[in-house]
Amino acid sequence: MSKPKQETKTRTGTRTMEFVASLDSKQPSGPIEQRWDKHRFEMKLVNPANRRRYTVIVVGSGLAGGAAAATLGEQGYNVKCFCYQDSPRRAHSIAAQGGINAAKNYRNDGDSIYRLFYDTVKGGDFRARESNVYRLAQVSVNIIDQCVAQGVPFAREYGGYLDNRSFGGAQVSRTFYARGQTGQQLLLGAYQALERQIAAGSVKMFSRTEMLDLVVVDGRARGIITRDMVTGKIERHVADAVVLATGGYGNVFYLSTNAKGCNTTAIWRAHRKGAFFGNPCFTQIHPTCIPVTGDHQSKLTLMSESLRNDGRIWVPKKKGDSRPASQIPEGERDYYLEERYPSFGNLVPRDVASRNAKHVCDQGRGVGSSGLGVYLDFADSIKRLGKPKIVERYGNLFDMYAQITGEDPYETPMRIYPAIHYTMGGLWVDYNLMSTIPGLFVAGEANFSDHGANRLGASALMQGLADGYFVLPYTIANFLAQIKPGGLDTSDAAFAQAEAEVAGRTQKLLKLKGEHTVDSFHRELGKIMWDECGMARNEAGLRKALKRIPELRSEFWENVRVPGEGGELNQELEKAGRVADFLELGELMCMDALTRAESCGGHFREESQTEDGEALRDDENCAFVSAWAFTGNLSKPELHKEPLEFEYVKPSQRSYK
Amino acid sequence: MKLTLKVWRQKNGSTPGELKTYPADHVSPDMSFLEMLDEVNQALIMQGEDPIAFDHDCREGICGMCSLMINGVAHGPKEAITTCQLHMRSFKDGETITIEPWRAKPFPIIKDLVVDRESFDRIIQAGGFISASTGSAPDGNAIPVAKPDADKSMDAAACIGCGACAAACPNGSAMLFTAAKVAHLGHLPQGQAERHQRVVNMVATQDAEGFGNCTNIGECAAVCPKEISLDTIAMLNRDLVIAALKGIEPVVK
Ligand SMILES: Cc1cc2nc3c(=O)[nH]c(=O)nc-3n(C[C@H](O)[C@H](O)[C@H](O)COP(=O)(O)OP(=O)(O)OC[C@H]3O[C@@H](n4cnc5c(N)ncnc54)[C@H](O)[C@@H]3O)c2cc1C
Ligand code: SF4
Ligand code: FES
Repeated sequence: MSKPKQETKTRTGTRTMEFVASLDSKQPSGPIEQRWDKHRFEMKLVNPANRRRYTVIVVGSGLAGGAAAATLGEQGYNVKCFCYQDSPRRAHSIAAQGGINAAKNYRNDGDSIYRLFYDTVKGGDFRARESNVYRLAQVSVNIIDQCVAQGVPFAREYGGYLDNRSFGGAQVSRTFYARGQTGQQLLLGAYQALERQIAAGSVKMFSRTEMLDLVVVDGRARGIITRDMVTGKIERHVADAVVLATGGYGNVFYLSTNAKGCNTTAIWRAHRKGAFFGNPCFTQIHPTCIPVTGDHQSKLTLMSESLRNDGRIWVPKKKGDSRPASQIPEGERDYYLEERYPSFGNLVPRDVASRNAKHVCDQGRGVGSSGLGVYLDFADSIKRLGKPKIVERYGNLFDMYAQITGEDPYETPMRIYPAIHYTMGGLWVDYNLMSTIPGLFVAGEANFSDHGANRLGASALMQGLADGYFVLPYTIANFLAQIKPGGLDTSDAAFAQAEAEVAGRTQKLLKLKGEHTVDSFHRELGKIMWDECGMARNEAGLRKALKRIPELRSEFWENVRVPGEGGELNQELEKAGRVADFLELGELMCMDALTRAESCGGHFREESQTEDGEALRDDENCAFVSAWAFTGNLSKPELHKEPLEFEYVKPSQRSYK
Repeated sequence: MKLTLKVWRQKNGSTPGELKTYPADHVSPDMSFLEMLDEVNQALIMQGEDPIAFDHDCREGICGMCSLMINGVAHGPKEAITTCQLHMRSFKDGETITIEPWRAKPFPIIKDLVVDRESFDRIIQAGGFISASTGSAPDGNAIPVAKPDADKSMDAAACIGCGACAAACPNGSAMLFTAAKVAHLGHLPQGQAERHQRVVNMVATQDAEGFGNCTNIGECAAVCPKEISLDTIAMLNRDLVIAALKGIEPVVK
């Protein structure tokens, strides 16, 4: 078994903290369209009769984890799957609304695997690995087939064939959907396949069980330490390979569109055990969310991007104009996206729409009581198409908006504001989705792979299922085929030590009995991250955050109050552990944002913009993946760089004017 | 707004519980019901008391994690939404609100308002799937599905597995949940091969888990946040009759 190459040498350059490393991405060579096939042929296999002897731990039961666990179970491996909810069916993938991309070209409108590949690389602002993206586009077609076979009730046309819709960043219709509940239906497909394996005995499911540490033995990932959230019992699990499919870390911002339980703990603990963290600062902000109403706000709700097809975005021209929308005459409204981007108008990509909303609000022209909102107005569309058409297209979204805000969007324009939605960053993985710890695989939103600096709509579901159904089952087999099964049990000293660490941390949190609640620390961290490492970032702000976050972290460890005991269901304790990890990750994100002196995709450095205020990439110096190594000192991680080469899609400036 | 809450507190499954009264003095009509509970919990923590445990995750009505009987009604007074989607403007200043967990024998209480719903997963394990292993699928368009069938399937597939139906049912029956899955898969051509064995297995498991019988009272559909129709139960019953005629016996582990 080969060890990943991690040569690290200091480069004499202008910046401190800089290292050049060659992280081996293990991309196959040859023409891009043949790489995956060639690699699949070259990978080793495990004889069906032997598979039972290998244990694979899958942490996460979302699209990535659920699909991987079910498929590995079907193939005959001994699988243990974990999730923190009470059922694997509730993973956050369930909340995805819009759809899933696939290069089926059922519309005959010029789509192809190559075009999906091209759109994804370009949409990611040229910060993704070409070989991975191509494979993603290739297997996208198998995903749809698989899901149909499982009974996912995709939208159909009258002839009985699959329907498609179009989505941002593409000029073809390649998005498959199931009403506004695509994520739910895809997840139920994976969940049902998983339950079938549970019934068959090939997968053992651990719900309400949280992974709190990774166990590494002789340099290999060999298991995890968990806490049973009902009894509080800390437990050890040994395996031959570990998969982390634990989703994104958007909740580092406190307010996001993620579910309340979404966390970074699994990947952060693995990072501390040696897995490099890729592009932590690449986060996506979604432009159409319902604005914050007050300090009580616990999460943000996304309104489908499709609304921008018929709604017009505007703010008053005058600062501090507090008149209701209906009393602001046409001439005093600023339809700023239509003005600035005549060819794309209200349909500019997510990052552009979000930044412009922030810009007008920063000028004091935001609407609503907080001043952090812009109007999304359907009056013209209702006039043009009639109300019934709007009801048909967006009825459920309008109802949801009315339910949350108490306002009727058919009468008054909706108010929207950007919110954290997705994290492109995650644990660094090679072409096999293996991290820098041999035997530790990372899938779905938890890895850094396919979306570069910006993810296109409807591509996260595609990636999660691609990883779970069609990539991991091959690459894990290849890994397992090269090792002997077993040979270790949980009495190993590494397990005892990891367990003791976890128990110690838990005890420490419970003993502090400080003056502030976990939520108050989380809110403060969220505010720092949103202000300094959110939609726009600059050196001064990031330095401020880098000073403040470690302070906040020490305050947390001195003064947090966690009530109750460890040996019972204790939701504050669960939260405390997660916030403790966010307090460490936040610092790394700011460091990464500071190091990447260019703007690209969701990462907008104010110092790096074009004359008219658009994101300006620096391909000469920044065409790399940042892969951070934990050094033991949180404020001094080590940066490694995987250079990115573009053999097929030549980098160009994105323009939506 | 100022409200008075009566909340079910129970340390764990083996200790008896009771309703306790708490004031909620700073309630904004813009808060969601769960945000209101968050605020109460923050205050309890600062007073050195144990916060109220309740299940939740997505807070947008899709994961099915939140529950709560609010004044005796599963998911509260508004139709077709989950507890997490309920906002405080649906209540009046000065009101007293009683909050209790789901109550059904197969949903044992874990703590306070949190119950164990794994019995639902076991019903799915009994047959709530189509056996299509990864890699075995033909092209997605090889199996056309008539739009009305696809729509009916989707209507049933919208179930979020929250358990409100069983909690609301005077018999403690999970029939709406089971029927939703039977209808989701039964309306699709892909679901036909296992259709009758599926229904027999799922119903047998539901009984074995201790859910009650369905006597067509309809409380389930009235509280269902996803408006799953009673028609699904009619479909399930038809499938059961056919299965009986075919002599299909349950195969339950
Ligand atoms: C509101 C919303 C709408 C979206 N809409 C779309 C869309 O239309 N199209 C699209 O392509 N993408 C969309 N996305 C993005 C997409 O849904 C997610 O990126 C994707 O579903 C993530 O899947 P996953 O399997 O990686 O993780 P998740 O589905 O988040 O699953 C994570 C799993 O890990 C488990 N877990 C986490 N931490 C631990 C731990 N410490 N211990 C044990 N278990 C743990 C959880 O229990 C869960 O089972 C949307 C996202 C949001 C928030
Ligand atoms: S049928 Fe309705 S009430 Fe019952 S579990 Fe499904 S969504 Fe909940
Ligand atoms: S918390 Fe997910 S449905 Fe209510």
